[in-house]
Amino acid sequence: MKYKSVFEIIGPVMIGPSSSHTAGAARIGKMARELFGREPKWANISFYGSFAKTYKGHGTDVALIGGLMDFETDDERIINAFEHAKKKKIKIRIREEEAVTDHPNTARILIGDDNGEMELVGISIGGGKIEIIELNGFELKLTGHHPAILVVHDDRFGAIAAVSNILASHKINIGHMDVSRKDIGQMALMTIEVDQNVEEVVLKELKQLPEVTQVTRIAN
Amino acid sequence: MFRNVAELVEMAESQNKKISDIMIEQEMKVTNRSREDVLTQMERNLVVMEEAVEKGLQGVKSHSGLTGGDAVLIQNYIKTGKSLSGDLLLDAVSKAVATNEVNAAMGTICATPTAGSAGVVPGTLFAVQNKLNPSREEKIRFLFTSGAFGFVVANNASISGAAGGCQAEVGSASGMAAAAIVEMAGGSPAQCAEGMAITLKNMLGLVCDPVAGLVEVPCVKRNAMGAANAMVAADMALAGVTSRIPCDEVIDAMYKIGQTMPVALRETAQGGLAATPTGRELEAKIFGFALDKKG
Repeated sequence: MKYKSVFEIIGPVMIGPSSSHTAGAARIGKMARELFGREPKWANISFYGSFAKTYKGHGTDVALIGGLMDFETDDERIINAFEHAKKKKIKIRIREEEAVTDHPNTARILIGDDNGEMELVGISIGGGKIEIIELNGFELKLTGHHPAILVVHDDRFGAIAAVSNILASHKINIGHMDVSRKDIGQMALMTIEVDQNVEEVVLKELKQLPEVTQVTRIAN
Repeated sequence: MFRNVAELVEMAESQNKKISDIMIEQEMKVTNRSREDVLTQMERNLVVMEEAVEKGLQGVKSHSGLTGGDAVLIQNYIKTGKSLSGDLLLDAVSKAVATNEVNAAMGTICATPTAGSAGVVPGTLFAVQNKLNPSREEKIRFLFTSGAFGFVVANNASISGAAGGCQAEVGSASGMAAAAIVEMAGGSPAQCAEGMAITLKNMLGLVCDPVAGLVEVPCVKRNAMGAANAMVAADMALAGVTSRIPCDEVIDAMYKIGQTMPVALRETAQGGLAATPTGRELEAKIFGFALDKKG
């Protein structure tokens, strides 16, 4: 079942006018920032489908940019997000794409700073609920509904067991898990949704595994 | 966990509980929180709804200038005592309009189930409360009952206009409101489901065709009619009228209609009212160009 909580139906509290095109966009932006781990210095945003056709009227652009600056869906600063971004010297580029995507409300975001960049695809599926479906070329499904950890690792036997062993030793239960890889034996990504927030010490242990190259945490 | 309306009604009736009880208990279980915690969170949403209606009834205007001020007009009309469809019905309509006018003006609202359809549930709640005199907890329950039916629609069909048209947004909201009115008025869980079914049947096929892609025209007035539809359907269900097509099958029909709906009529501002000469003219005035001519 896609929706699990009644507050996904009665909620979110948000700045209007559209739950999918405004609140959902803000959440995609916020999730991108969280995955990036810091505020980006620049963002190239591509809108597809209904997002591309109607983003101006729905404030999809300001909401997404607000999200990149860590604004919540009910933060009134969203309305003037462009000015806030300008003050912070964040460079924004927006493109309207013609390509047809699987979901009508799709955004592709490339963000970065001097130390790195990240590309993700987010969809807004209704009522403010979102999914991140692609991250740096990896397919995944991240809803933001549960705390999660993303582990970039070598596609090698034992890697998944090693990671889940560490989680087990800290009594962390895995609710949902996805593994995606570029090719056999290449770089791979584990998306692990868990029931508890993951402490820093757990992340440290995961990072020390020889197969693991990067660990990112998403708080609930 | 209930997966459809039949299960929801069965759970409530077999345990001699209300729909709102089942929703509250499920939320406690799923999110592992206390009853008090869950009720408190819903009360915060109720407060946002109250503030939005209050703001809208003072008169707001959207940035585009397309909407605003109608809630005030309707309230003033009610005060003349000349209303033909009844003061309670028009009160619901005006409060639904008030909420959506605030939404269109980029004010703060609570999505129920979406922002574009945020007026229907609070609009009907804040109107029927004047007749039924509910306690604070009963008002909070109204939102859980609405949420329970919305939950089923969201999981088995869609609550997104881009995916399923306006029937998925205002249609769902209207059905949710009808069910909650029935419960607040003392109807049985089965009657709640009848209210939802009768309401949604009358919203089937409704397209999402916002002028200039803005959640304004016709969204605000669709919320008005969504509220009116919910009130009438709730009364019918309370009178003992039943839907020949069971609620779950109506929801499924809505889903399938949404899937076959052309993209032009699913929140892309390419068809329907958005593509009328006046719709295009308004669009050109707001953006300086018409969306369909660009690029």
